[in-house]
Amino acid sequence: MSKPKFAMYWSASCGGCEIAVLNTHEKILDVDANFDVVFWPVAMDAKYKDVQAMEDKSILLTLFNGAIRNDENEHIARLLRRKSQLLVAFGACATEGGIPALANLSDKQSIFDTAFNTISTENPNHILPQTRWTMPEGEITIPEMYPVVKTLEQVVPVDYYMPGCPPESHQIAAVIDLVIQVLQGKAELPPKGAVIGAGASTVCEECQRARNEKKITQFVRIQDIKPDPTLCLLEQGVLCNGPATRGGCGAACPTASMPCVGCYGATDGAMDQGARLLSAVASVIDARDPKQVEQILDGIPDPAGMFYRFGMSGSLLRASKDAWKG
Amino acid sequence: MPDKFEPLIIGFTCNWCSYRAADMAGLGRMKYPPNLRLIRLMCSGRLDPTFVLKAFADGADGVLISGCHPGDCHYLEQNYKTQSRYLLLTRLLASFGIEPQRIKLIWASAAEGAYFAEQATQIVEQVRALGPLNWHTRRTLAKAQSEQLSQGLEEVPA
Ligand code: SF4
Ligand code: SF4
Ligand code: SF4
Repeated sequence: MSKPKFAMYWSASCGGCEIAVLNTHEKILDVDANFDVVFWPVAMDAKYKDVQAMEDKSILLTLFNGAIRNDENEHIARLLRRKSQLLVAFGACATEGGIPALANLSDKQSIFDTAFNTISTENPNHILPQTRWTMPEGEITIPEMYPVVKTLEQVVPVDYYMPGCPPESHQIAAVIDLVIQVLQGKAELPPKGAVIGAGASTVCEECQRARNEKKITQFVRIQDIKPDPTLCLLEQGVLCNGPATRGGCGAACPTASMPCVGCYGATDGAMDQGARLLSAVASVIDARDPKQVEQILDGIPDPAGMFYRFGMSGSLLRASKDAWKG
Repeated sequence: MPDKFEPLIIGFTCNWCSYRAADMAGLGRMKYPPNLRLIRLMCSGRLDPTFVLKAFADGADGVLISGCHPGDCHYLEQNYKTQSRYLLLTRLLASFGIEPQRIKLIWASAAEGAYFAEQATQIVEQVRALGPLNWHTRRTLAKAQSEQLSQGLEEVPA
């Protein structure tokens, strides 16, 4: 009997998700032993037309990482949806927009200007990318960039969500194990739509740092202090996204004396991670006079970037007014 | 010419003071524009910022939050927390291009019906001057999306 087929694809992504899969070390051999890897651009050569030629639903499992930034991303998302039985939104970018979706705070023109027309760019004629361009050899095309970055589920139905930037390797290994057990009839798949490879509660729950009553009169940046290694970072005035971020990473960052930046996304039942974070952060401010509160808030220079560092596309507002305009 | 723009304002009022203030305004037949839809919370501290974002995402043009005067909160200090959340929320909304004038926090005691009516009038006029927010509402997006999905996943050319 031939082995079930496996695919992994990156759309608007950094490649970290792929590295995280390779980081499962010898587990990766299990993937090879149990699956026929049919499409994985970062690891092997295959063409879109090869996928196109496959029968619908012939791929058992596709891990899709990266956000939907342009029409090529959407095109391949649709193609892989059609060819796959199980489509997993893999990593923060695919599940919630991730880092690429921070661009949803800016309109397309300013993104282009920043990328191609600032002092650090050598572009005397101010040439910007054109989706179509006629060359002596013929017309060439590049994908059309969307004004607003989308999550995978905003373009195709998704079966499972696996958060993290990137998902922790031990979580990936556990998920691979599970799928293999399912193939051997020893386990069942979780219900469709489930979040896999993560916890249900918060990072704080997994964090070993001591917590007292939190009262903050000033926010500080981690690089400006020498944090107490045992005390909650938020209590020390460092913005830590742990209170409103899904656990499952084992509180990797606060354990290493770095604040959680929120990469595992919103917890079960939360509609908007940023709103929850905002609530938690504002509640620890120890001031009653509005002027004093404002002063303390000056210590949070970019609340949108902070609270939605990984979840802009999946949030309630999703993009700024300017970005929506294109 | 389209009709005069009628802003939709969602008001979150606490059960103990400001909802009664609104009630008082009603009983006293004080006039304020009908653009305000009130949602009663047990305490202004119950106001999860999610509510405000959801209101804007789902089509509200402005949001009014009201609670008991500082020191009068029935749950001791919750209105101070609301104040901090409100101040931070306005900053957050500004990054999304939502003007601070679209969201307002007031303190109104049960006796301040007239003040409540005046503040309600003020935010309606303030938002009217700004024009509709017209957020790309989740509702319209979800509708477009489900139509797209129900058309099935069309053939993708190679
Ligand atoms: S989730 Fe993180 S690691 Fe994965 S592609 Fe996005 S930015 Fe890279
Ligand atoms: S806020 Fe951060 S440092 Fe504090 S307990 Fe939560 S995860 Fe740990
Ligand atoms: S601590 Fe936070 S930022 Fe770090 S891996 Fe966990 S969820 Fe991600």
